[in-house]
Amino acid sequence: MASLKELKGRINSVKSTQKITKAKQMVAAAKLRKAQAAAEAARPYAERLASVMGSLASRITVSESSPKLLAGTGSDQRHLLVVVNTDKGLCGGLNSNIVKAAIAKAKVLIAEGKKVEFFLVGKKGRAPIRRNFPDAIVGHFDTSDVRQPGYEEAEKIAAELVSMYEAGKFDVAHLVYATFKSALAQDPTEQQIMPVPTPEAAPAVATGGAIVEYEPDEEAILAELLPRYLKTQIFGALLEISASEQGASMTAMDNATRNAGELIQKLTIQYNRSRQAAITTELVEIIAGAEAL
Amino acid sequence: MALHFELVTPAKLVLSEDVYMVVVPGEEGEFGVLEGHAPFMSTIRDGAVQVYRTAGGQPEEIKVRGGFAEVGVNGLTVLAEHVEG
Repeated sequence: MASLKELKGRINSVKSTQKITKAKQMVAAAKLRKAQAAAEAARPYAERLASVMGSLASRITVSESSPKLLAGTGSDQRHLLVVVNTDKGLCGGLNSNIVKAAIAKAKVLIAEGKKVEFFLVGKKGRAPIRRNFPDAIVGHFDTSDVRQPGYEEAEKIAAELVSMYEAGKFDVAHLVYATFKSALAQDPTEQQIMPVPTPEAAPAVATGGAIVEYEPDEEAILAELLPRYLKTQIFGALLEISASEQGASMTAMDNATRNAGELIQKLTIQYNRSRQAAITTELVEIIAGAEAL
Repeated sequence: MALHFELVTPAKLVLSEDVYMVVVPGEEGEFGVLEGHAPFMSTIRDGAVQVYRTAGGQPEEIKVRGGFAEVGVNGLTVLAEHVEG
């Protein structure tokens, strides 16, 4: 049985832990609202871009001369998994779920006889992926020196990926990140980003059926749009991951606060019992002493 | 009658309003868009988009970098990577 002093110490330490988790929960709740707003604000651009890409792609036939980003390198042997993780922990199983999804995808590809390499964004994915695939990490991008990864970071990541792609380091790139569903659910998502999958051709409602004029020509516009589309996709992933991080963090910290509360209750009961036992023993001793006189 | 003009960046919808005319710095030369323009799409070079709220009024200049402009039945949409000022 722990002594009264020890129990009191433990109760106090759990109480201060609870204070920290509670504070972190409230911070995450506030940040979540911001992250969600940012994700929503980015939607119009992404939608427009996708619809324009769709209508352009339906006009062009993919051939040898089309941009590499659309037509591919002609092989699909070497795959690059771009895994987007968070920089900070305290967000429950979010990062391990993303890593799990990435590793599962890698295993499928390896079973098909393909070569798989990783490009990591964010700090938290590095250790577990290095453990599983010690030599397969070709690079990582640090987002920890900015408060909120934004479009500039997405541009830098895209530029790095495009230069690797053009240097012939890989044939197909997939993006692995978590889609924000709600504060309780974040789904690990995997999608191909390079070569750019042809978006569904949008029905020509937006133009009223009239013929659209292009300046310069379709191919030139498409060549310009492809890298931009890639950036938008990466930017979208960054926004999703930051909303997911805050959501997961909020839920995890809520649980932690509740667990701490339960623990405090249990310890307090134990503390009171021991205290009472000590008083009873003392009384018995006094009474026994008085009777002996 | 007015032209519906939207200026969108990856981060947010910067502007969405009805204006008289917009002059866009296209890759192959500036072009002005009035209400009822034919469907048209062009990449834009870095420069200023001039927004004329009223006929003959002073234009408001918005500097944009990288992007493209699309004219459809819904009006003019400029997608720009960066917007300054």
